[in-house]
Amino acid sequence: MAGIVNSLIVCQDMWKVYRIGDVTVQALRGVSLTIDRGEFVAIMGSSGSGKSTLMNILGCLDKPSKGHYWLNGADTGSLRSDQLAEIRNRQIGFVFQSFNLIPRTSALENAQLPLFYRGLPIKQQRALAAAALERVGLRGREEHSPTQLSGGQQQRVAIARALVAAPSLLLADEPTGNLDTQSSREIMDILSELNKDGMTVILVTHENDVAACAAREVVIKDGQIQSDRVTKAKIHVAEA
Amino acid sequence: MFTWLTVVTALRVLRRNRLRAGLTLLGIVIGVAAVIAMVSIGEGAKQAVQKQIASMGTNVILIWPSGTTVGGVRGAQGGAVTLTVGDALDLKKKIPSLTDTGWYTRGAMQIVNGSHNWNCSVYGTSPSYLTIRDWSYSSGGAFTQADLDSAARVAILGQTVVENLFDHGEEPVGAAIRINNVPFRVIGVFSPKGQSAQGWDQDDVVFIPYSTAERKVLGTLFLGSVGAIAASAARSEDLEDAVEEIRAVMRVRHRLQGEQPDDFTIRTQVDMGKVQEGTSETLTVMLMVIASVSLLVGGIGIMNILLVSVTERTREIGIRMAVGAKRVHIMTQFLIEAMTLGVVGGIIGVAVGILAARLTTIIAGWPTIISSDAVMIAFIFSVAVGLFFGLYPANKAARLNPIEALRYE
Repeated sequence: MAGIVNSLIVCQDMWKVYRIGDVTVQALRGVSLTIDRGEFVAIMGSSGSGKSTLMNILGCLDKPSKGHYWLNGADTGSLRSDQLAEIRNRQIGFVFQSFNLIPRTSALENAQLPLFYRGLPIKQQRALAAAALERVGLRGREEHSPTQLSGGQQQRVAIARALVAAPSLLLADEPTGNLDTQSSREIMDILSELNKDGMTVILVTHENDVAACAAREVVIKDGQIQSDRVTKAKIHVAEA
Repeated sequence: MFTWLTVVTALRVLRRNRLRAGLTLLGIVIGVAAVIAMVSIGEGAKQAVQKQIASMGTNVILIWPSGTTVGGVRGAQGGAVTLTVGDALDLKKKIPSLTDTGWYTRGAMQIVNGSHNWNCSVYGTSPSYLTIRDWSYSSGGAFTQADLDSAARVAILGQTVVENLFDHGEEPVGAAIRINNVPFRVIGVFSPKGQSAQGWDQDDVVFIPYSTAERKVLGTLFLGSVGAIAASAARSEDLEDAVEEIRAVMRVRHRLQGEQPDDFTIRTQVDMGKVQEGTSETLTVMLMVIASVSLLVGGIGIMNILLVSVTERTREIGIRMAVGAKRVHIMTQFLIEAMTLGVVGGIIGVAVGILAARLTTIIAGWPTIISSDAVMIAFIFSVAVGLFFGLYPANKAARLNPIEALRYE
């Protein structure tokens, strides 16, 4: 399968079935999706549509009950939890709606976290984390704890944390859901910027204006892909 | 690298929750301190007993008359007067493993020095008895065989007697005292021996030559009768055999036939020490158990606080897992937190325990011995307790589902 090798993400007939007591919930019902490197994709859907489940699987936090998910050519369904942790550490950066920073811990240390689990020397961790913070415009705020930062700044720390690992995929789950308009725009600008620099970004949202930043829009409904369309002409970055 | 950073993280977490960590530590501190203090007290008691036993002399065997049986009514032990000087001399002659034998007769007498008077036990002994029981002298010295032969009126006083008969600073050696109205010259003062294992004051005694006691002070039922015989063996391994040999010789001398019971009782120093040592051993074990229980309670405190911590930090654990923490990382983080509590609690506990033992000695006057073994064991145990009680919470944290942990409010 040539597609598996070339594309960053290949999902093939993925099902996710939960069993809650006697009730069986089919969160995903045969989702097939291919995303190439450098794409900026918005996944849209109402709550309960299955978009969170899809997000969790794409982020290697969960595995499909049936079907396959290849990330960078590796079939994630056959991996153990520690191997999935390794993939999350090296290939995936998460940005959450509620920021999910570690409380009472400085911005720098929050940004360091993925490198900490990679076991890098502490000096290198600090240098890379500081560079990531600078990239999201938080220079000089390294020692601030989350409570000393505004929502938009906290989300920028979270983006720095996602960036620092130099992942092949950035997963943003409602990244602007808890932010005012001004901060939302700033965050989306950063994500667009990152995409322009070649980062694959997958954005989960239910806001149309946020989704408008992406070049491709995938709509999920009742665990199935309802529509998948390119909304912007793909900007090809000249490879240096 | 990872381990070191985890230690740093764990320390930071503990520092963040100072009060909580402090209270948890307190449990371990009290536990460790209790173990150390209790063992010190137990060890101190044990050594005090050993000292008392040693104060009896080395490898000593004591022979008392048995109780009399008159018309089927048994009298108290030592009630009969069946032992003689001849027995003692014969034992020494016939049993080569005995280095020496000595004897004494005893009575309570009024002692007078000028305007002071005192009532205490007066022992008429052979000079050999003094060496067997290992008496030493703070001034003057012992009486000799010549004193015994001539029934010299010389006396050696115990410390308690000196305190009661002489004014402070007055020199007892050379002084003239009267025992039961018989004039004596003090030739020595014993170094204090303190309480005996049975609890009586070993320094409240006056020793005079046996012959003097028999003829001039205490009187006697028949010539050469003694209250008890003491023998010493050269080596402690010989004690048991020596007892049997003594029994054999004594039965022949006392013309005891086949089934007739011994009319004497033989006790070794080891027998006499055993009871007391057993008691203090029991004490040590009991104190240890109590202390260990408190250490256990401290451990449960650690577990409790870590479980709270795991619940409280569920989301943090989720975040860590999302950015690539493996189960072993999460597990290690919580285990190190638990162990840090154990180590820090152990260190403080050791200090507090040593202090408590010292204070016990200073305030209550109980002898305490801080054994390095107890300190080591208590410390290692506290770390082990931390580790053991940290396992469950750490495992619980490591088994969290990252998706649910991230969603946890």
